[in-house]
Amino acid sequence: MVLLAVGVVALAAEWVTGGLATGLIAVLIVSVVAIIWIAIMGGLEARRALAPYGLLKPGILWLSLFFLAPLWSMFEMSLSSKKSRFDFFPKFTWDWSNYTKALTDYAPQFGRSFLYASIATILTLLIGYPLAYAIAFRGGKYRTMLLGLVAVPFFTSYLIRTLAWQNLLADAGPVVSIMKTLRLENILEWLHIMDNGRLINTPAAVIGGLTYNFLPFMILPIYVSLEKIDVRLVDASMDLYTTASGAFRRVVLPLSMPGIFAGSLLVFIPAAGDFVNAKFLGSPETTMIGSSIQDQFLVQLNYPLAAAMSFVLMAVITVSVLIYARFMGTEDLA
Amino acid sequence: MDAGFPVVKLDNVRKQYGSFVAVHQADFSIGRGEFFAMLGPSGCGKTTTLKMIAGFEQPTAGRVFLEGEDVSQVPPHKRNVNTVFQQYALFPHMSVFDNVAFGPRSKKINEAEVKTRVNEMLEVVRLGDFAARRPAQLSGGQQQRVALARALVNYPSALLLDEPLAALDLKLREAMQIELKRIQREVGITFVFVTHDQGEALTMSDRIAVMSEGLVEQVGAPVDIYARPETLFVAGFIGSANLLPGTVMSSDGAGTRVQLLDGTQVVVAAGNSAPNASLSQGNQVTVMLRPEQVVLESEGSMKVFITDTVFQGSSVRVVGRTANDTEVTAIVPAGSNHKAPSAGESVFMQWHASAPYLLEGWPETAGSTNTNVDSIEATL
Repeated sequence: MVLLAVGVVALAAEWVTGGLATGLIAVLIVSVVAIIWIAIMGGLEARRALAPYGLLKPGILWLSLFFLAPLWSMFEMSLSSKKSRFDFFPKFTWDWSNYTKALTDYAPQFGRSFLYASIATILTLLIGYPLAYAIAFRGGKYRTMLLGLVAVPFFTSYLIRTLAWQNLLADAGPVVSIMKTLRLENILEWLHIMDNGRLINTPAAVIGGLTYNFLPFMILPIYVSLEKIDVRLVDASMDLYTTASGAFRRVVLPLSMPGIFAGSLLVFIPAAGDFVNAKFLGSPETTMIGSSIQDQFLVQLNYPLAAAMSFVLMAVITVSVLIYARFMGTEDLA
Repeated sequence: MDAGFPVVKLDNVRKQYGSFVAVHQADFSIGRGEFFAMLGPSGCGKTTTLKMIAGFEQPTAGRVFLEGEDVSQVPPHKRNVNTVFQQYALFPHMSVFDNVAFGPRSKKINEAEVKTRVNEMLEVVRLGDFAARRPAQLSGGQQQRVALARALVNYPSALLLDEPLAALDLKLREAMQIELKRIQREVGITFVFVTHDQGEALTMSDRIAVMSEGLVEQVGAPVDIYARPETLFVAGFIGSANLLPGTVMSSDGAGTRVQLLDGTQVVVAAGNSAPNASLSQGNQVTVMLRPEQVVLESEGSMKVFITDTVFQGSSVRVVGRTANDTEVTAIVPAGSNHKAPSAGESVFMQWHASAPYLLEGWPETAGSTNTNVDSIEATL
């Protein structure tokens, strides 16, 4: 199976070319056909032994072709160099300068992405947890319906929802005028949510958009972990002299940690790489790394730099997730 | 019972959910160190009563006293009673040790003391070696003992057990019955035990409250409840009994003469009747005969047509029908002089003069009630 994956990647990444490639394709096809042949002709034992590989095959082929192979070509691209600004066929030269450039030129964007994604993650947790809790423990027969409502925004495209936010927060939009009627501008300015009477194009708008767009990804896993909790455990802890808040802190919260962990990852990772919210709701001062990468790829056509930036982002996210996992001690939770 | 107040006292307690009455009236006391059972079929209100003692439910009327103090409106975490829940409700994210330490830690007892107490209690339930395990890594019986230790470590005034053995298989259940009794003797704490299994209640308890449809039918020692039931429900629910409806013909100092529906006349010895049974002439009463008190002879007054015999090892259970088609049961000890008759024969039922017992009213279905006879025999 591993050989199969390597073979597919080798083909897609053009490690082998010409007659060799044709040979490799033949070998791969033969091996796949051989496995199927053995499974059909072999007895029950053989089929049983081969079943897991058979089930893995579609996934491995798919991921090899559309994930591993592009990943490899991206990695190659990140170490390539362009002869000039208008050289659209960079050469692979082990050019690490792309990485130094990505880290030095785009440090503010990386920092901002992390800050915004972290704040959005905390906000989704603060908003999502009580909501998930209410649905899981107080939802009664409306549970399914309420969960459905949580998922309703997905019926509209992500882009359209964000554009709708743009209208809501616009200078002549309803939110600004309501805030002004309620004379809340000064408080909002003081909280750095409003900037010179504007809501749109502020960091707050970007974070608000991220929070809104990724909220369901926080609610659903937390709901799943809360829903599994036996309410008698709360009774039991009350019986053992805890107050309601003590029961929550010592029993419900620890048992919902896997949900909080999963939800945080599902919000933080895409939010850190997001480019839509920063583009539509932000300003040049709120650019996140996602929009910079998009810009380098599609506008500047500087593929090597964009690829290097992507790899830095990936590495930083992986490391921070590993630290987070260690900190949450999830392997300790059943 | 100690001098002073009972540990638990229910004073005319009533519980109503909307128009549904779960407990009509519970009015009894539980003494210090007693093993007390609340017994009844499902829906009889026994669990609701237990929850009112624990504090998870508040009585609609009446009062609950713990150690002489009115706790009717006190929340569970401020009551000095602990519950062993039906499915144990152990905290899955904590080790056995932390589960048991939960209560003492809530009470802010210092950690050294917590450690001593928890280890001591784990020894009592024989789980000393399992302190570091998670509940999921334990068998049902072991989980049960963790639940016990978790409750007992707080030295409650009373330990409340909600069908604690229901989730265990038969063998384990029998072993746990003995284990529970041992632990109760060792710690000397009052146990209040809810069960629908009359064998279990008879085996383990010092006293039993038999409940039915929200009413406490009778409170008493197992032997009294078996031999001297106060109501038809108790007579039928505890053990198996032949309930034979009839009418009082006459009554004097020697006894009461009752004419049964099949025409047989039975003399019930004086004093052998439920307190509420009216002995005036013409009153509708029921004569109770336990199957083990019945002897089958070739002659006598009450003719029975045998329909079935069931060999049970130490005895043979003989089922027959009276002249008016009422089902009756007799237990014939194996190896006795009386050979058990076989199906199709006709014999006569006899009994010792002290055996018949009189109850007020007629049962819904006359004849023998079939409950698990073996568990009764093992007990009495």
